[in-house]
Amino acid sequence: MLRRRQIGKAGWGWSLFAGVISLIYFFPVLWIILTAFKTRADTLATPPKLFFTPTLDNFVSVFSRTMVGGQEAIDTGFGLFFFNSIFIAGTSVLLALIIGTLAAYGFSRYPLRGNDTYLFIILTTRMLPPIVVIIPIFLMFRITGLSGTYFGIILLYTAFNLPFSIWMIKSFFDELNREVEDAARMDGSSERRVFFRISLPQVTAGLAATAVFALILTWNEFLFALLLTGTETRTVPVAMGRTIGGEIGVDYGLLGAIVSLFLIPVFVVTFALQNQLLRGVTFGTIRK
Amino acid sequence: MSHPTEPQGFVGWLLSPERRGALLVAPAIFVLFVMNIFPLMWSFGLSFFNYRANRLTVPSFRGLYYYERVLTDPVVWERFQTTAIIVGSSVLLQLIVGFLLALLFERAFPGRRILLMLVLTPMMLSFVAVGVFFKLFYEPTFGLLSQFVSVFTGEPYAILATPTSALIGIVVADAWMWSPFVMLLVLAGLVSVPKYLYEAAEIDRASWWRRFRTITFPYIKSLLLLAVLFRTIETFKLFDIVYLITEGGPGSSTETIAVYVYRLAFQFFRTSQASALAYILLFVVIVLTNLYLYGVQRRSQEL
Repeated sequence: MLRRRQIGKAGWGWSLFAGVISLIYFFPVLWIILTAFKTRADTLATPPKLFFTPTLDNFVSVFSRTMVGGQEAIDTGFGLFFFNSIFIAGTSVLLALIIGTLAAYGFSRYPLRGNDTYLFIILTTRMLPPIVVIIPIFLMFRITGLSGTYFGIILLYTAFNLPFSIWMIKSFFDELNREVEDAARMDGSSERRVFFRISLPQVTAGLAATAVFALILTWNEFLFALLLTGTETRTVPVAMGRTIGGEIGVDYGLLGAIVSLFLIPVFVVTFALQNQLLRGVTFGTIRK
Repeated sequence: MSHPTEPQGFVGWLLSPERRGALLVAPAIFVLFVMNIFPLMWSFGLSFFNYRANRLTVPSFRGLYYYERVLTDPVVWERFQTTAIIVGSSVLLQLIVGFLLALLFERAFPGRRILLMLVLTPMMLSFVAVGVFFKLFYEPTFGLLSQFVSVFTGEPYAILATPTSALIGIVVADAWMWSPFVMLLVLAGLVSVPKYLYEAAEIDRASWWRRFRTITFPYIKSLLLLAVLFRTIETFKLFDIVYLITEGGPGSSTETIAVYVYRLAFQFFRTSQASALAYILLFVVIVLTNLYLYGVQRRSQEL
């Protein structure tokens, strides 16, 4: 009789091993989170303190703190910045998904003359260091009055997410079995019905994975947000960057608190879409 | 059965089947044109004029002058070398670490979902956070690394003080942040391998290496190649981490080409020269990408 070994299953021993490795890998993040609960003296203690009396002061100062020379604690505006980040990233990811899905379906099912050239040009727009396009974009935003508006920054982020989204979603459409689509057409389904009822439902895992990647990139974008958002539309990374330029050095506890709070939304979304992420990440490179 | 009335006139012309492809891609092309391609062409134009972003004088045409300056500038070649070293070692490290992590998470085990999330978090941090906190970790007096090393040597360790170790510091920070991305791609490949292939190998008593080479590797090969492409393009643009951790120092030993472009554009206000350099950079990346894609295609045809 053949000895049957379960392939792909492991027990608690493996959990322990993976746990240790994961914790080592996670350690810098853990340290940032711990720093958020430390007093200013503890953040720079030598030797570094792993055990300390936790304080929530840093989290309070994220939202309201006494400015240098001020008497009373004032609102730092972080509530608004958090809203801005969620609103701007959410809307632009959604827009990139909608426009990207349409384009990907077009490129995949109704190839244009020079289809591959278009796709390559789309990819090259991701290759240039952002610093190069920032000067004309900055001038363009100033001339058209888009500077400091939600509309401007959302449109810009949508454009940034499009190349990646189109390439990724197109690969999912390419992977689908077209015979099912053709059969539906033979049965008299309109093109719209084929798209919404047959093609689109089969790529949802891919769309979820694309959304997670686009969200992570947009969520943390710094340079364009710095130059193109105003005080009303400022995002958290920009506000984060402003806290490190203080005259009394970096307040690591405060920064740690901002980083920790800012991590929660993407963490939750990624966790919720984790299964899709693994299924959808293949970019259609695996032939069935 | 009633047919929906066909739209007439312009709308009818627009919605006709032969324009369906063009119509579907039109919104994407429009957004990309306004926000990417138009600014690209604008800055391409700027690279031929002596334009300075901090002056109001009318720029005059200088032709290829700035391209000539960039190509004869020895500093540019040094920055290219630094960038190549960082890209090469960081992408290699990401591949190794990402691959090992993927092997760790290939099997199902209790607590896998939550541990996988822990490993993915570095990718979700903002560059500002990674930059500032790695600078703290590397700091000679308070930094964790220095404290750790001094347990053994008794002396504080300043990793950012010498050119080579500063490069290592940058590469470690970047690879730490992006290895999870490679892991995700490899993991997706690993879990897609049909189980019956492994069972067949088990019956044939195939060695671990043989099983890896003939079953596992073909499934993850294309994903690995894709990971290399994406990570190379992104690492080539590496700016934030370098700027925050070392600002290019000590001296200029860790200054990447992207940091140099930034300095040219926003510290020296040589806007045109920066644009010219950026275009040469774009050209290099396009050529490398094409060579790479060409190589990948030839490989897959040989097999």
